[in-house]
Amino acid sequence: MSQQQHAAPTPIGGSLMNAATLVCGVLIAIMMSILLVRFVFGLGAATNVNDGFSWGIWVVFDVMIGSALACGGFSVALLVYIFNKGEYHPLVRPALLASLFGYTLAGGGIFFDLGRWWNFWHIFWPSYSNPNSVMFEVAVCVTVYILVMWIEFSPVFLEKLGLRDTKKKLNKVLFFFIALGIVLPMMHQSSLGTMLVVMGGQVNPLWQTPAVPLIYLLTAIIIGYGVVLFESCVAAASYRRKIELNLLNPMSKIMLGVLGVYLVVRFGDLIIRGAMGEAFKPSVMALAFWVENICFIAPFFLIGNVVARRNPARLFLAGIAIMMGGILLRLNGFLIGYEHYTGHGWSYFPSFPEVMVTVGMFAVEVLGYIIITRRFPVLPRDDAQPAY
Amino acid sequence: MDSRRDFLKGVLAGGAAITTAAVAPPACARETHSRPAEALGLLYDATLCIGCKACVAACKEANNNPPEFSTQDHLWDTPLDTSGYTFNLIKMYRNGTMEKKDAEVNGFAFMKTSCMHCADPSCVSACPVSAMTKDPVTGIVAYNADACVGCRYCVVACPFGIPKYQYDSPAGKIGKCELCRHRYKDGHYSACAEVCPTGATLYGKSSDLLAEAKRRIALKPGDTTRYPRGKIGGPDQSYEAPVGNYLQHVYGETEYGGTQVLKLSAVNFEKVGMPNLPPKSSAATSETLQHSLYGGLLMPIAVLGALSFIARRNVHDEDDAAGNETQEKSS
Repeated sequence: MSQQQHAAPTPIGGSLMNAATLVCGVLIAIMMSILLVRFVFGLGAATNVNDGFSWGIWVVFDVMIGSALACGGFSVALLVYIFNKGEYHPLVRPALLASLFGYTLAGGGIFFDLGRWWNFWHIFWPSYSNPNSVMFEVAVCVTVYILVMWIEFSPVFLEKLGLRDTKKKLNKVLFFFIALGIVLPMMHQSSLGTMLVVMGGQVNPLWQTPAVPLIYLLTAIIIGYGVVLFESCVAAASYRRKIELNLLNPMSKIMLGVLGVYLVVRFGDLIIRGAMGEAFKPSVMALAFWVENICFIAPFFLIGNVVARRNPARLFLAGIAIMMGGILLRLNGFLIGYEHYTGHGWSYFPSFPEVMVTVGMFAVEVLGYIIITRRFPVLPRDDAQPAY
Repeated sequence: MDSRRDFLKGVLAGGAAITTAAVAPPACARETHSRPAEALGLLYDATLCIGCKACVAACKEANNNPPEFSTQDHLWDTPLDTSGYTFNLIKMYRNGTMEKKDAEVNGFAFMKTSCMHCADPSCVSACPVSAMTKDPVTGIVAYNADACVGCRYCVVACPFGIPKYQYDSPAGKIGKCELCRHRYKDGHYSACAEVCPTGATLYGKSSDLLAEAKRRIALKPGDTTRYPRGKIGGPDQSYEAPVGNYLQHVYGETEYGGTQVLKLSAVNFEKVGMPNLPPKSSAATSETLQHSLYGGLLMPIAVLGALSFIARRNVHDEDDAAGNETQEKSS
């Protein structure tokens, strides 16, 4: 079982100054200047959020979708350490890195949106914290998970620093952090969905359901695999490396299995609650619902058979479809399918500065990924790729 | 074969863990809360309201809020909706020719917009830092800016659109009616009820207000009756007036478990901006779901234990990989 030989992760090397890093730098500078305006003059100076849509893309995109897209580490760890599929081990580090960045940024990004951010520590302070609040659970879980991921990822830095003894000690207890690193995302990814429940009938029945924790949890796992497909293809293309088809092919098959379960849960829930009728009303919400679900169904057509799963372009497209579906599920629940009871006078579309901050966050992520993969042992060494 | 068996075991264990975590029975069902016995509130009777907006001005003054302008000349406080700086507003329903007061067709009507002080408030359930609290005695839903993190979950959660945020400030606060609790120590009560010339807004204990509301809707429209003003149980300021054409519905009696602010109207409540809410609060649904999954952290700890056990056996791969690498490096 444990005799599989994996290529050891090695730094890619190469220059850190190139077109990609430069563009990222410029985008980050733009983001910083917008954030300066926001912190000096208030949320209204930079965003279009209002009392009808108090949560804009800084919450829904940067935090909710950002953390869901960062579920690669969780999904791959689930596969490798719980379902004991050791052959996927080479995917662990790159996936964990992307998760580490995604979550750290999502956790940091919440500060841009918090109107009274200097009070943030109240969430963890027993005299203030409210365990009845779904957001309390999400905030605590995400914070602990970010710490756990840094611990899980620390062997990479310990290797780089040559602290082999520390690494050995850490390896002895790593299983606990790995388990924690699976339980915590299960908890808060499902709770991110539960956050809709208290909004009651203000959320369209297509997205307001007691099954929402399960729906968000399953999609988080699926998105995790989708992101790994996407990132493996992008990393292979941009670093001119061989694509890990021998791993991506069976992994995407597992992904399709979970996706099938999800679709049964999703449509079963809609039918049991009698909410399916909402999907056939001539409304923007119904359209958004179908686009979301077509994205989730598309992978069955894109990579439904073995031949298709050996085609990198199809794997890439399937990864994108899954990510789009996951993005839309969250966007639909919190923004498109949300309507204030008290009138239809409210509307929201993100302002340009608002969008540029979200873009800037993405740039931080890309830049961080480039720096770490070029300087630290994350991606499996290419020339040592075993010929399966 | 071993690997396959291990995988299947893993699938079973992991699958069972996920299933228990995700579709647990509602072991911690949380009932919808009801009004405290001594709950304080308001009764707003739309048929008595003349739309003078004295209550809007008094609310501004009592809460020390700045005027908000919607006209070119910036002369008068003219907010178009409640906001972080306007906690109470009289809105108008208009239909057709607007000839008749309190008529749904070709008529007009008024409706007060301010915090309903729910028996089971969504904002209190949503708030992660207990900045929104419900007083156990008076039932007043109060806001504490010093605790608030400004996440605005209360703004998104409230079915009445009441908590509002000050977006124009780098230190923006949430603004909402707190039933003038800061004025009680000076012998005052809710400013809106104090100044209301017709008793359309009446202050008092919710139980008294509910009895008064039921008395009114039981009367025959067009008959005359005495209407109290200011505060139920306070000095007698009552006057005689004709009975309105009430709907047989005290809004707030049962909505989301009941509210402490009650409303009477002659025009359909949904048409005047009061949502149709079930007797079960969304806070109860949310907390039942949340505590069934995470109550006492029992389930997360059980799942963590199971996963630690499995991971401990499977994590050898990691050691091997590290070992390989050390060999490779030394060779």
